Amino acid sequence: MTPFTKHTGFVALLDRVNVDTDQMVPKQFLKWVTREGYGRVLFYDWRYLEGEIPNPDFVLNQPRYQGASVLLARANFGCGSSREHAPWALQDYGFRVIVAPSFADIFYNNCFKNGILLVTLPEPQIEELFRRTAAREGYRLTVNLEDETISDDAGLGIAFQIDPFRRQCLLNGWDDIGLTLRHEDRIRAYESSRQPSAKLFGPLLNR
Amino acid sequence: MPPRTMYEKIWDAHVVHEEPGQPSLIYIDRHLVHEGTSAQAFSGLRAGGRAVRRPDLTFAVMDHSVPTKDRHLPLADAVAAAQFDALEKNCRDFGVLLFNMQSPRQGIVHVVGPELGITQPGQTIVCGDSHTATHGAFGTLAFGIGTSEVEHVLATQCLSQFKSKTMLVRVNGRRVRGVTAKDIILAIIGRIGVAGGTGHVIEYAGEAIRALSMEGRMTVCNMSIEGGARAGMVAPDETTFAYLEGRPYVPHGKDFQVAVDYWKTLASDADARFDSVVELDAAKIPPQVTWGTNPGMVTDVTGSVPDPNSFRDPVDRRAAEAALAYMGLKPGTKIADISVDRVFIGSCTNSRLEDLRAAARVVAGKKIAPTIKSALAVPGSMQIKALAEKEGLDTIFIDAGFEWRDAGCSMCIAMNADVLPSGERSASTSNRNFEGRQGKGGRTHLVSPLMAAAAAISGHFVDIREWNVESSDE
Ligand code: SF4
Repeated sequence: MTPFTKHTGFVALLDRVNVDTDQMVPKQFLKWVTREGYGRVLFYDWRYLEGEIPNPDFVLNQPRYQGASVLLARANFGCGSSREHAPWALQDYGFRVIVAPSFADIFYNNCFKNGILLVTLPEPQIEELFRRTAAREGYRLTVNLEDETISDDAGLGIAFQIDPFRRQCLLNGWDDIGLTLRHEDRIRAYESSRQPSAKLFGPLLNR
Repeated sequence: MPPRTMYEKIWDAHVVHEEPGQPSLIYIDRHLVHEGTSAQAFSGLRAGGRAVRRPDLTFAVMDHSVPTKDRHLPLADAVAAAQFDALEKNCRDFGVLLFNMQSPRQGIVHVVGPELGITQPGQTIVCGDSHTATHGAFGTLAFGIGTSEVEHVLATQCLSQFKSKTMLVRVNGRRVRGVTAKDIILAIIGRIGVAGGTGHVIEYAGEAIRALSMEGRMTVCNMSIEGGARAGMVAPDETTFAYLEGRPYVPHGKDFQVAVDYWKTLASDADARFDSVVELDAAKIPPQVTWGTNPGMVTDVTGSVPDPNSFRDPVDRRAAEAALAYMGLKPGTKIADISVDRVFIGSCTNSRLEDLRAAARVVAGKKIAPTIKSALAVPGSMQIKALAEKEGLDTIFIDAGFEWRDAGCSMCIAMNADVLPSGERSASTSNRNFEGRQGKGGRTHLVSPLMAAAAAISGHFVDIREWNVESSDE
């Protein structure tokens, strides 16, 4: 996974609660067998009119939010389906950081696996960020994972917290499977300790 | 040892490695795979030169994009065909058992696991699908994962996990006639909200849960994710053991007794502590109908579409406004006055034999309303289809004007040809009423199989309690 240390970028906002992953990547794109190319289809049904013509009413199509890499969102962002296509699309579109009051569990995990930093902040701070983003075109935020702060160039400084282990993984871009395989001996020991109950947990022999 | 919840007992029994401040490595007993979220995981394995560690604990099925008719013909959808080919090849190359489209055991992954006895109490089960919580009905810790985690489990048979908080949802009392497991879970979601269970594993308990069949318990656990919880579970009991006995992958003979003795130890200790407790009275739950674009936007069949101005929080108000605009509904409209265009009976929530029987009881000897453009009955598995046909349910549905299909996810997600057209309204027994879920611009109302069947006959929602039909088999 790509390491994440510090990022400065334009902010876009999505002022909707409970944005589900079906909206991020609609079902027709779940038939692809690759991880690439989902940026074009991010928020497909909101973003495009018939014939893939950009819908001018959708916020991310507004000229002022082009090139944004920080997404400001509302509560329970990423609820619903476990499709990892959602973070693949957000990342491919260009988002590196998503800031919201809360995230859905599976989506939260999926983003971390893809090197997207999710920052959870209390509602009043989210409101303030919404205000600042709306007030100034070209509003930018700097998100620093090393010291766990968010700042702008107008004096805003907010501390956030993420789990220390997750932070380490992101900072170093560690490969999860590699981390687990360091415990190969433990896995093997666990498997052999299971032997007496193999009938309960054992192989799915075709009957 | 201090008293433990069922979740904690299963968790403790699966810890492979722990270190303070780090997620635990937990062992996975069963890994279920489908075509929709696995291709990239297998590609990752190939790229890393890794094998599937335990193909013998892994099984795969085709469900999300399968056509539900004309399976003998070549697939019309080339992109879907390529994904099926990839699954065939991946299962062949890595030695994973696959129930493909031609298999008599094919069906929706969360229907097939339990019906074959692949799902058993006390296990950990994962699948690249958020409705994996279904399997929790057996007293199993089962939850959905993303594709990176699918690859991780394929490679290591373990998953790195932080422990969740626990929530007890106790449903006291008895359902009235016409109220089903689906209404119970919709009422629970209406109460706790779509994010109420975030960070939690839910245990469902109480008299009304105990009274449910395994099918009903699966319906309840299935929709845990709609309440924000990754997993939901019910303690195994005699109903569970009776369901499992004799199924192909369940231990037989003396081994079955050994298994039951173990399964009986899984229930939460009487004085176990949960991080939160929610109580509902089943007797006070009427049939439920969703009116909006998430499953928490739900009300009683006797109710009406709410006025967005009745929401105090401005963010919620805007969400309700957007939902009503999408759904083409006006505040104050009586639920019973909402007419529907199409009816879908199916999905991993409500496509098991009990669901089909319930719907068949409603439509038997009747005809769907002339305004209904289509009504689909889609069994959750080919085995269920065969059993239903043995009972003559297919004839009942077809005589009433329903289409009787082959097993798959179908119009729950509309990845195949079963699509709700834009602007049309469905009564659906599935689990998600998100915008576009059943087709771009389609308007979904989630209901029980009884309610969906009654809507098919009437052309609009009706209070099924007035029809005096048995809710379930028991
Ligand atoms: S039936 Fe629907 S919810 Fe269930 S697995 Fe299939 S697509 Fe997902």
